[in-house]
Amino acid sequence: MSQPAAASGQTGTVVRSRVITRILKNPLGITAIAILSLMILMAVLANVLAPFDPNFANIGKTLASPDASNLLGTDSVGRDVWSRLVFGARTTLLSALLCATVAIVIGLPTGLIAGYYGGKFDAVANWVVNILMSLPGIIVLLTVRAAFGPSVWISMVAFGVLLSPGYFRLTRTSVQAVRNELYVDAARVAGLSDGSIIARHIFSVVRAPIIIQTAMVCGIAIAIQSGLEFLGLGDPTVATWGVMLSEGFKNVYLNPTLLLWPALAIGLSIGGLVLLGNAVRDALEDGVKIKARKAAPAPAAGGAAPASRADRRKVATVDAGTEHHLVKVSHLGVGYPQADGSVKKVVDDVSFHLDRGEVLGIVGESGSGKSQTAFSILGLLPDNARIVAGCIQFDGNYTVAPGDDVVSQGRVSSLRGKRISYIPQEPMSNLDPAFTIGYQLVTPMMRVLGISKAEATSRAMKLLADVGIVSPERTFKAYPHEVSGGMAQRVLIAGAISCEPDLIIADEPTTALDVTVQADVLDLIRDLQKRLGVGVLLVTHNFGVVSDLCDRVVVMQNGRLVEEGPVREILRNPSDPYTQKLLGSMLEGKEPMTMLVPAGMEA
Amino acid sequence: MLTFILRRVAAGIVVLCAISFITYVLLYFSSANIARNILGEFASQDQVAAKEVALGLDQPLMTRFFAWAGHAITGDFGTSWFTAEPVVHALENRLPVTLTLVVVAIVLIAICATLLGMAAAVKRGWIDRVVQTAAVVGDAIPGFVIAIVLVTLFAIQLKLFPATSSIVPGAGADVWIASLALPVIALLINGVTGGAQQIRSAVIKQLEKDYVRTLRSRGISEREILFKHVLRSAAPAGLTVLSLQFIGMLGGVVILEQIFALPGMGALAVQSTTMGDIPLVMGVVLYTVVIVIIVNLLVDLINGWLNPKVRVS
Repeated sequence: MSQPAAASGQTGTVVRSRVITRILKNPLGITAIAILSLMILMAVLANVLAPFDPNFANIGKTLASPDASNLLGTDSVGRDVWSRLVFGARTTLLSALLCATVAIVIGLPTGLIAGYYGGKFDAVANWVVNILMSLPGIIVLLTVRAAFGPSVWISMVAFGVLLSPGYFRLTRTSVQAVRNELYVDAARVAGLSDGSIIARHIFSVVRAPIIIQTAMVCGIAIAIQSGLEFLGLGDPTVATWGVMLSEGFKNVYLNPTLLLWPALAIGLSIGGLVLLGNAVRDALEDGVKIKARKAAPAPAAGGAAPASRADRRKVATVDAGTEHHLVKVSHLGVGYPQADGSVKKVVDDVSFHLDRGEVLGIVGESGSGKSQTAFSILGLLPDNARIVAGCIQFDGNYTVAPGDDVVSQGRVSSLRGKRISYIPQEPMSNLDPAFTIGYQLVTPMMRVLGISKAEATSRAMKLLADVGIVSPERTFKAYPHEVSGGMAQRVLIAGAISCEPDLIIADEPTTALDVTVQADVLDLIRDLQKRLGVGVLLVTHNFGVVSDLCDRVVVMQNGRLVEEGPVREILRNPSDPYTQKLLGSMLEGKEPMTMLVPAGMEA
Repeated sequence: MLTFILRRVAAGIVVLCAISFITYVLLYFSSANIARNILGEFASQDQVAAKEVALGLDQPLMTRFFAWAGHAITGDFGTSWFTAEPVVHALENRLPVTLTLVVVAIVLIAICATLLGMAAAVKRGWIDRVVQTAAVVGDAIPGFVIAIVLVTLFAIQLKLFPATSSIVPGAGADVWIASLALPVIALLINGVTGGAQQIRSAVIKQLEKDYVRTLRSRGISEREILFKHVLRSAAPAGLTVLSLQFIGMLGGVVILEQIFALPGMGALAVQSTTMGDIPLVMGVVLYTVVIVIIVNLLVDLINGWLNPKVRVS
């Protein structure tokens, strides 16, 4: 989105032609266009297609069945149903267009001004919009009809006014989002007038949502218009589908098929519009759509996991001589199935182990697969992730046995919280904003340890004090948005150690924090690790953090393990060029690394 | 909290005044021949003129509006011009039918849409496809067409329900249930699909949040995460949809009551607007707007309770 002016205009047209192709390729999109074209043809060619005047009544031939001259039969006063249906299409489509036009003419410019300039106009417009949106449409239309008479067109103008808030809100939100984008700033600095910025950058953003909204609005207009006509509140001299419905309903005991045709026409028209709106939306969100479809067959991470191959072979035993490792990951591969049937591997043939009381760092840049490896151990991979190779064992038992394609939730869920815990990267988004910090500390302890609320509460207070929070009582009662990021991270660390786990998996625990807070949090993790003797798997991109905390380190790149060994050795003699590069980037502008190592220890 | 409610009530009163005024002005244009319509075409010109004076139609617009508003503030909405029935009395007879219909329908929609939407979001697979397809179909068919189909099928062809209601003041519960069953089903079919779709996307959005993963890592069961944490955070989106549906239904029942011959507010609205019975129209509009304001206030209060961040600001 942050491209210069000319380039973004060009991508706009490319996207549009691709969207049209996608709509035409979508069977629902084609159906919608076919239905709507048919309706439009009916409306345009009504004079040719209809053998009779819509109001011509043949009194001698009422409620007749279909025959050669009356294709769909006649109604209760002998008018030709087919002719009325065809002319009805004209009225209906024109009134829907009128309604949408009025709504756009009012909603779009006001939304643009309110979104682009904000201020008083925005405040007043929002107030009016809130009033309009809380009005029950039909009641207003009834009042308008009482005032101005039974004209379809006046009703539709009034209804357009009532629907204009939809466009207003849509435009305003999109414009507000774009207004502060860098490329709009750049255009402003380059001296473009507000008018041309709006025309060039902002219209291209709101165009697609407006098309979708218009399809929906036309559908609603058809529904409400035929509803009013059905009530007998329309102009009786104009043939519309609503009037036909009303007429059919009066004769429902005599000839129910009179209801069928107008109902079908209304349903098809609105259906076509809704489908068109959806097809445009799908075409715009094509990438997202594939992802969602792929995710469909996968089970949710928790409760509803089907019996995988793993569950049937419950007692696969680990290799002899490896039971003493707290965690052992062997030849692990993690992949995501793609739309074309292939599997995109994000972790490939990764093996390492971690012993009790040890701190192991996994280092790599983003995309190296380090977090995916950590989440495989936790059993918290996204729903569509697959274990494509290898196995994971925890304390002598498989959580991913050889041949499993997903992590066995049955086995991991009893470990999670109790023996394996997790410190996330982004403190604020990892606390539920709707519950107090105290609740989020107390409940897991009650569930996992089976202790009373009172006991859990007193433990939570002590934990909060342990992680260096000055006033535990106040923090306990606070909601997440009421504390700072550093404080929230301390709360999450307190949560991670609350059930005395054997293994803590920390995923970039300091990356999202201020530099001053980072050091404090690292100190805290080091202290707790020493005091509790817990094993820690530290995922990070920062060799500084590694040298500070870890005993051993694993270096990953592009899903593969490139180097493994004791921290000291790797820091001093990185054998892999990638590790050297990572170290180099860390050391830039700093003291040489050798200063850390006492002279006597040099080999 | 109290200041929040008071501020919202004050804003509601301002809206109410604005809408009353606009409606009154609109209706002013329709009142030209009212006296003649009330008395019939054989009344003499003098009688018509006398009637106009009696109704205050000879007065200028602003005088008429403030006279009406002065009485309305004290709860006196006047009497119907055509039937001489006090407006408040007419509305009190009609309101229970409409409110029962809409409230029962919205409660059922809320329950069904939540269950369906959550099932679709969590289980995916065929339930998800059914919910998504139903949402498109539900969007495509107007509520009153569903109602017509239901009446034709279940009341007229199969005779399982009465085609027209027999609700009169003081009718028993059995009459109410028999009369309201089909209309409630019609509203339910029309509303549940869109509601379920909204709940579905809200739940999916929440399930992707980081805190859900952290809760899982703490050993909280999937059921507790879903019903306590995810549902709570997804609820505001669902409530907004439900409140919009509620407002939509207050209009939609106008047609529905006609189809099922129910003696509710909607029927009164049609009758009073077609005749130009200004006191009655004003009563209907005011009652409806008050209901809408109350519903919006309730939704805001529930959202504040659900989301502590909103509560503060």
